[in-house]
Amino acid sequence: MSEMIRLSIFRFDPERDDKPFMQSYEVPVTKRGMKLLDALNYIKWELDGTLTYRRSCGEGVCGSDGLNINGVNGLACITPVTGLKQPVHVRPLPGMHVIRDLVVDMDHFFDQYRQIQPWMQTDTPTPEHERLQSPEERALLDGQYECILCACCTTSCPSWWWNGDRFLGPAVLLQANRWIVDSRDEATGRRLDQLEDAFRLYRCHQIMNCMEACPKELNPTAAIDSIKRKLLARKS
Amino acid sequence: MAYLSTDKVEHHFHDVVIVGSGGAGMRCALQLADAGHRVAVVTKVLPTRSHTVAAQGGINASLGNVASDHWHWHMYDTVKGSDYLGDQDAIEYMCRAAPLLVRELEHQGVPFSRLDDGRIYQRPFGGQSREFGEGGQASRTCAAADRTGHAILHSLYQQNLRAGTHFYQEFFALDLITGDDGCQGLMAWDIARGEYHLFQAKAVILATGGAGRVFRVTTNAHICTGDGGALTLAAGLPMEDMEFFQFHPTGIADVGPLITEGVRGEGGYLINANGERFMERYAPTAKDLASRDVVSRAIAQEIREGRGCGPKKDHVLLKLDHLGEELIMSKLPNIHELALRFADVDCTKDPVPVQPTVHYTMGGIPTNRFGEVVYSKGRNKEVVFPGLYAIGEAACVSVHGANRLGGNSLLEIVVFGRACGNQVMKHLREHRYHAQLDVDCWQRGAERVERWLSSARDRREGPSIADVRLRMQTIMQEHFGVYRTEELMAEGVARLESLAGEMDRAVISDGCGLFNTELVEALELENLMALARVTAAGALARRESRGAHARDDYPERDDERWMRHTLATLDSEGVKLGYKPVRTSPMTVESFPPKKRVY
Repeated sequence: MSEMIRLSIFRFDPERDDKPFMQSYEVPVTKRGMKLLDALNYIKWELDGTLTYRRSCGEGVCGSDGLNINGVNGLACITPVTGLKQPVHVRPLPGMHVIRDLVVDMDHFFDQYRQIQPWMQTDTPTPEHERLQSPEERALLDGQYECILCACCTTSCPSWWWNGDRFLGPAVLLQANRWIVDSRDEATGRRLDQLEDAFRLYRCHQIMNCMEACPKELNPTAAIDSIKRKLLARKS
Repeated sequence: MAYLSTDKVEHHFHDVVIVGSGGAGMRCALQLADAGHRVAVVTKVLPTRSHTVAAQGGINASLGNVASDHWHWHMYDTVKGSDYLGDQDAIEYMCRAAPLLVRELEHQGVPFSRLDDGRIYQRPFGGQSREFGEGGQASRTCAAADRTGHAILHSLYQQNLRAGTHFYQEFFALDLITGDDGCQGLMAWDIARGEYHLFQAKAVILATGGAGRVFRVTTNAHICTGDGGALTLAAGLPMEDMEFFQFHPTGIADVGPLITEGVRGEGGYLINANGERFMERYAPTAKDLASRDVVSRAIAQEIREGRGCGPKKDHVLLKLDHLGEELIMSKLPNIHELALRFADVDCTKDPVPVQPTVHYTMGGIPTNRFGEVVYSKGRNKEVVFPGLYAIGEAACVSVHGANRLGGNSLLEIVVFGRACGNQVMKHLREHRYHAQLDVDCWQRGAERVERWLSSARDRREGPSIADVRLRMQTIMQEHFGVYRTEELMAEGVARLESLAGEMDRAVISDGCGLFNTELVEALELENLMALARVTAAGALARRESRGAHARDDYPERDDERWMRHTLATLDSEGVKLGYKPVRTSPMTVESFPPKKRVY
């Protein structure tokens, strides 16, 4: 008899259920280093085909399977299942509208991403060759561009829970900073203008849940601080 | 006069519909949206979840930033790497366009790693040479650390946000609407809301990626189920060269995630159980940077001869700790993370267990170098099917032939994404209005969904899709691996055809209309099964060894009989095979005639 893992998973089928409930499952440990996504797949393929969640790459780069795991946000595909306290409580990302089971509506999150105009903006003519950037300037992008937009950080942020309609949240602000610190981008002033707002930026109160939650070990709080400092610097 | 014989299908009108939101689809969408066309990207996932995101090592272009380079050398390497099955007009086009397209990506914001002088960083990759194989190793692969695919996909998504492309996210493509005058649109299923949509368009572009999930162990994402290829087969059109699946030499043993060839490009190498650097025996010059098919066969051979590592002697080791922590953390940080998470190995100290793992679909939907889907009719082997296009891994242009070089797949998606966009614009100038549709054209697509939903709602008994899928993947894994034989493959074909017969009885248990992922998996399994069948039949028929198709019973390449592309169609009677010649004439330069491949 192989070792079993007990899970308690958030279920909600809007066609059938009045309200959500937690459902218990037991899953065998099928391999060494087994991840939570393997356990969810085992349930879906062997026990209960109706369990609903998103997944794609299975190796932590696409950002599909952000979930709330024992109260902490993370990616199912890179969270080892054996180290978790049992039963493992698996819930959808907090503060989000649930479509079904573990699937949440990501529209508002991506809409906020669009609001910061996350594309390279330049006024000077495009050169024939690449825009030059020194290794030191490029190093400023490390810890910024790697974001996979899984929303683990944003949905762990109490400020975003309260004011998510107007506060951009850590993931989007990290990406705003990614363009502010890119030496090739020429819209820094406009980007800072757009962020200088009591809600869009300044609802961050350095609770730092975001950096705890980030599965890619990025630090949105530091990025937000950097934006605030730049705003302060241009006043003086 | 009604457009459709139902009010349950929402009817959209776009100039162009692109299926798939990976690099190819989004590069193409960008070209068309920037030109002012009304573009819809229909994708079964959120765009940044597409599998381009997982590409690691980089994108090839003869920029010559590190050492002198030329597109013609790049072309030679690609033709040789393809084992002379690549179409040389398309290869010339791609290699010539590469520097322009890579610089354009840089202008679009891709955070490439940099050299000290501020130009794009380039690293050596497998199968690259200078001066037509005479001038030693080239450094042709432009990299954003080891997250190049992520960097490119996100930049292209951002550019499409700017350009105002319409995204229909989490929509599953069900059926191509075709008529006498070509392709007129697409039926799709809104996964979240459980509703039907018909996208009418003057051009439909399939950019649905690879089909690695026909195998059990693969580096491919769960979503790589060859959906576009299956739509093409269902429309009565052929698939090309599907027997050529690339085994990447360095998937993490047993689990699959990829360890980039960039590790070997930066100086890592493979060792067997005796600690021997065995690639020196198989490829004396290029060693660990030989072409992927060569390295994968070498690893498989070492394991067959009992020099594999681990208790089951089923893998070899990739050593990179000698590169030093600083280089690993700056140039290969993602590899460090993956090895730690999936192999429990700190690669700055210990070697990583690796084995050949299914990685890339060289075959695909047959196209010319403009991305137009082509089929055989009588003596004409390349008749354009109007209004239908295919690009990226879903397509077979064919720039990869029997074996793809590392760094050429990211290149292919941007080069042919753009080329296809330009060709579609010509088509749009000649086709100003939408075609008149058959009022019942929506039915075939809708039946695909209803058949599965009713199996759940009627609680029918039958094999589960998870069970059928696992058996299909196991057959492919066991009978169509790195080394193949007549006997093994014939048995595989028989088992697969019998399993395909079970699909009619297969059932799902989820009858819910909203976000029904079991339904999606069932539709994906239909697609996978169709592609597995043409793959198996094509492999059994090809009696030679070429690129990724290596046979023990026919160990040599046979240019006389087999330097030709397989074309497979699928109907109720099964798979039918046909062939067409390789396009050996490049656009402007002289053809590279086949010769023995030595690395």
